[in-house]
Amino acid sequence: MKAATFFVSGDSASVSVGADDLVRAIAAEAARRGIEARIVRTGSRGLYFLEPMFEVETEDGRLGFRPSGTMAECVTEMFDSGISPKARTCLGLMDDLPWLRRQERLTFERCGIVDPRSVNEYRFHGGFAGLEAALGMAPEAIVAAVTDSGLRGRGGAGFPAGVKWNTVLGAPGEVKYICCNADEGDSGTFADRMLMEGDPFLLIEGMTIAALATGAAKGFLYIRSEYPAAVAMMRRAIDTARAGGWLGADIRGSGKAFDIEVREGAGAYICGEETAMLESLEGKRGVVRAKPPLPALEGLFGKPTLVNNVLTLAAVPVILARGAAYYRDFGMGLSRGTQPFQLAGCVRNGGLVEKAFGITLRALVEDFGGGTATGRAFKTVQVGGPLGGYIPEHLLDLPADYEALADAGFMLGHGGLVVFDERADMLAQARFAMEFCAHESCGKCTPCRIGAVRGVEVIDRIAAGVEPAKSLALLEDLCTLMTDGSLCAMGGLTPMPVRTALRHFPDDFRRSAAAAE
Amino acid sequence: MAEVTKMTVATTPADLADRIGRILAEHQETDGACLLVLQAIQREFGYVPAAALEPVAKALGLSHADVYGVLTFYHDLRRAPPGRHIIRICQAEACQAMGARGLTEQLCRRLDVGLGETTKDGAVTLDPVYCLGNCALSPAVTVDGALYGRVTEFLVLERLGAVR
Repeated sequence: MKAATFFVSGDSASVSVGADDLVRAIAAEAARRGIEARIVRTGSRGLYFLEPMFEVETEDGRLGFRPSGTMAECVTEMFDSGISPKARTCLGLMDDLPWLRRQERLTFERCGIVDPRSVNEYRFHGGFAGLEAALGMAPEAIVAAVTDSGLRGRGGAGFPAGVKWNTVLGAPGEVKYICCNADEGDSGTFADRMLMEGDPFLLIEGMTIAALATGAAKGFLYIRSEYPAAVAMMRRAIDTARAGGWLGADIRGSGKAFDIEVREGAGAYICGEETAMLESLEGKRGVVRAKPPLPALEGLFGKPTLVNNVLTLAAVPVILARGAAYYRDFGMGLSRGTQPFQLAGCVRNGGLVEKAFGITLRALVEDFGGGTATGRAFKTVQVGGPLGGYIPEHLLDLPADYEALADAGFMLGHGGLVVFDERADMLAQARFAMEFCAHESCGKCTPCRIGAVRGVEVIDRIAAGVEPAKSLALLEDLCTLMTDGSLCAMGGLTPMPVRTALRHFPDDFRRSAAAAE
Repeated sequence: MAEVTKMTVATTPADLADRIGRILAEHQETDGACLLVLQAIQREFGYVPAAALEPVAKALGLSHADVYGVLTFYHDLRRAPPGRHIIRICQAEACQAMGARGLTEQLCRRLDVGLGETTKDGAVTLDPVYCLGNCALSPAVTVDGALYGRVTEFLVLERLGAVR
């Protein structure tokens, strides 16, 4: 063997558990053996539970390896085996891994496979086909395709994307903006980050198609400051795309102009709320705006603005490239297409699972997730971030579908699932929901600003066993007020984790009170 | 990232004014530049000095209160210099499910510091953070901007030792 090509994820989560050390181990051992090693830093496949791991190109496809002892031992053994599946640390062919094979990857088709710095690789793997189709279409036809696909906003609200796009298209005005919301603050979610680090041109393509559809010439990408690697990768990709004529004053000779500017957040969770994000982009405090006016009509700097989440915009290229019907054929009910689910927290096999809507939560937590990380009994899964509900075991057969979850008192949100084992104390989790709201409230409306603080206090009284019946009634009343009276989802949905904890795990509230007595 | 930027604290008011003036000049063409300017000032100094408010307000045509309002809204922006090293430890649900509460207590005890505070010798600031996007590899921390997953008290102290 003279040369070999290796693939190691350069994704920040992979690096956080040693992917860079693995690169050094491969380079050192290859050099010792006189083998020329080409090491490609890809994005992540989303197989975080196997990280750190690496792949090697073979005639049959890419073989995966995962160190069980030291990295050097694994690399040595891999070379000794002649880079074959006989090596003890070999995972087999990546394409045969059931965890990947059982997924339906549309948005994350390329992530973990290609070099995210290479626009040529992006094109070679089907990239920019959607944009090329869109360049030959009228704006109305692009909007119609998005509408027909059934795509809904992936940020959490699930609003039909086509309706929003159509509003911006029809809004009067010369100046319009595309604002991509990459303020992925929900705990248990990392799909936006993975995509921006692992397939940045896809987001650029989606934003550019949105610009062609609505008549916007300028786009902003608002990325949270906790994602420095995503900020750097997107800035680099935007420069590369501009150099290749995919952005700028004359996109691929079409005469159409569009460019993107990356702005970094500053650690405020509320700036994931679309109007707070617009305020922040204007350089102000991230205080929520009252609606109407809709941002689609009066958004950034008062101009018509399309605000979409990363995953919404990243779903668009495949719709334009393969047709609305192709995308719509995935899913169930009114939830069409695929959702990148994120398995997180106390789960054995954490990572990214892209599947059509309709898969049950049990299939995600048990079949893909493999149960709890500790092997202890499962207690609950919080779906949809810090504002999402705590779902008990007996409701795990619910399908991941906007309406089915809403009917049961939950929400899908951004598709994050945080698993907890039996050690979780649901009173503590309910208290945290209120505490987080108090910490992150923008302060504009009273139910959220004051309610969250009072919520922490009343839960502390329940924990201390002070008038428990009266305190529980007060907490219910407070939850109703926050739900009905808050200006945005921050105060309006904070009661969801609180109430679902109360409803499905009442013992944890009684136990705390009893222990206090 | 302020954490990974090499900070140089202004020595004289003239030096401070000069460096802030340069940052303001870079943003004079930008609409709604207040947050961008404050972020750039923090990258330069490690925090936003109180003396920066007046020139920023003047240059951007805002009131002192407007600028102070932005400065105090965002958790990232600091009004005092942090320690020489910054640990951020995730306090959000995915990390809670993997023992972040206990890890936080251990680190507070070991470093003799409260969450959100700086050690008495000015060496380490221990800040809370709500999600680092590393939720499948919880618990997660950053040490001087570098992200770590599946962390233990030992690993954090080891990393801290390596950068110190």
